[in-house]
Amino acid sequence: MADETTPKDQPKPPETKPAAEKPAVTPPAAAAKPPAPPPPAKPAGPTPQPWQSEMVANFKGRFGSGVREASSYVGQNYMVVDASVVYQVLQVLRDDEDFDYCVDITAVHYPKRDEQFDVVWILYSFPRNQRIRVKTLLKDGAAAPSVTALWSTANWLEREVFDMFGIGFEGHPDLRRILLPDGWKGHPLRKEYSILQQDTEWVKINIGIESGQ
Amino acid sequence: MTDSTKSGFYEETTPGKDQTFLDANELVLNMGPQHPSTHGVLRVILKLDGEKVLGTECVIGYLHRGVEKIAENRTYAMFNPYVDRMDYVAAVSNGLGYCLAVEKLLNVEAPPRAAYIRVILAELNRMASHQLWLGTHALDIGAMTPLFYTFRDREEILKIFEKYCGARLTTHAFRIGGTLYETYDGFEQEVNNFVKFVTPKIDEYEELLTTNRIWVERTRGVGLLSGKDCIDLGVTGPVLRASGVKWDLRKAQPYSMYEKFDFEIPTGENGDTYDRYLVRIAELRQSLRIIDQAVNSIPAGPIMAKVPKIMKPPVGEVYVSIEAPKGELGYFIVSDGSTQPYRLRVRPPSFVNLQALDKMVRGSLIADVVAVIGTLDIVLGEVDR
Repeated sequence: MADETTPKDQPKPPETKPAAEKPAVTPPAAAAKPPAPPPPAKPAGPTPQPWQSEMVANFKGRFGSGVREASSYVGQNYMVVDASVVYQVLQVLRDDEDFDYCVDITAVHYPKRDEQFDVVWILYSFPRNQRIRVKTLLKDGAAAPSVTALWSTANWLEREVFDMFGIGFEGHPDLRRILLPDGWKGHPLRKEYSILQQDTEWVKINIGIESGQ
Repeated sequence: MTDSTKSGFYEETTPGKDQTFLDANELVLNMGPQHPSTHGVLRVILKLDGEKVLGTECVIGYLHRGVEKIAENRTYAMFNPYVDRMDYVAAVSNGLGYCLAVEKLLNVEAPPRAAYIRVILAELNRMASHQLWLGTHALDIGAMTPLFYTFRDREEILKIFEKYCGARLTTHAFRIGGTLYETYDGFEQEVNNFVKFVTPKIDEYEELLTTNRIWVERTRGVGLLSGKDCIDLGVTGPVLRASGVKWDLRKAQPYSMYEKFDFEIPTGENGDTYDRYLVRIAELRQSLRIIDQAVNSIPAGPIMAKVPKIMKPPVGEVYVSIEAPKGELGYFIVSDGSTQPYRLRVRPPSFVNLQALDKMVRGSLIADVVAVIGTLDIVLGEVDR
């Protein structure tokens, strides 16, 4: 447990650093293979602990190396699994482990990594009163399996991930943009999409102004 | 004419499944985005057979501001006021969820006094949100009086907010690590007075509606959703509880010292619009109970934990959620150790709940669509973010 004094309290430059160098720091959860947790540069803060439970042992026995990592960070459990088995893992979680409520589906973009995207499923179990996060790593252009057949709620959540990141979901009944207009170009939550960027052509045609800025 | 000949007649002349008896064409009707009953800019495309709804499709995104993208370009403290603009009728709850999530990432905890102040304000805000819902929902269905009653009482809550932090709606009441403001002189007294003032008023709302025949006819059996469907669709909050699932994050996974307070989780049985109304009315009373306990046992002490001026949470990811007035409001934050979130995802209850609209109105009448949009209690600022 890190106490309150550990975060650096030094009144150093108040300017925020540009986001450019950010992706160089790979979060430990995203590290693909290393068996030992990579020591972060900063000694402050908790590190992910290995998560050992009967359920994890079951999954490791069933999917072998498909389950890349099972850890717990500040008391929150997550699993990193291969994209090839993620659908089966989610299905087993729902059917055998009572994770009956799909809280959220989202993604994180790491442009400097070979597998650029983390797709994250956050699940909750009413009988167990537990949460779990399942993560998988995807290359740009690869599609994740759609879980709309497991949880109806995934429909809009997957559409939003598609809209914001351009990640496809195989087997989704109606994969369209949801928040942005259908003809929009670009996926705003990708890191290369600047905060001021917009589809000027769309704005010109549909709103009749030069720029929305 | 015997029954058999009658049914034979219908079989002979009834055309295919999707056609009407008279073989009229289906009508596609746009409701919104500028329709008073959609509570903002929601466009619902309805496929109708006469007055019967065959299916719907929601078109959303008119209020999309890219809150999650903004978060990646602001420091943790700078982003705090933005969350108030999502569910703007329950800004305090949004801020509470965000502060708890960043605190979890920083590994700090708000001191007890701050937690109590947070509970009081969050519950007051839950009441304000439910009151606004009740007034507008009743107005949609044709009862105009409750609007004046609820807005009269909501005003008292907003006055307390204004005195506490200077803002009525988008309050930015909390800071990461606690609260910035100490309670003002006479805060406890005013909150106590409010509890005394509003308790009989809730009975007044009930007198107007609970046994009102028009209200009952318009809401009972409308927009049915079973508990199983709710879980499948990820629906949370009062809508889930009205379907008989006794689940509230304040009890299931208590945060901000909710475990210290004695309150119940009201549930319904039928999962219809009428039950959802009863559940929210009961929640108003439970909120009053919590406020009453909190304000009379508020501990002394600091209101701010030790948080560095420049917040650089350690590398890691957390998901923290709270029971907002509309359901589970979650924040998934990825930190890369810098001053800005690497990724911030909001799990908005309104967005997920709105997805249930299609299931709830299929096969019902077009007038029920208005009732169902109202009963879902969506705020478009949160749906679109």
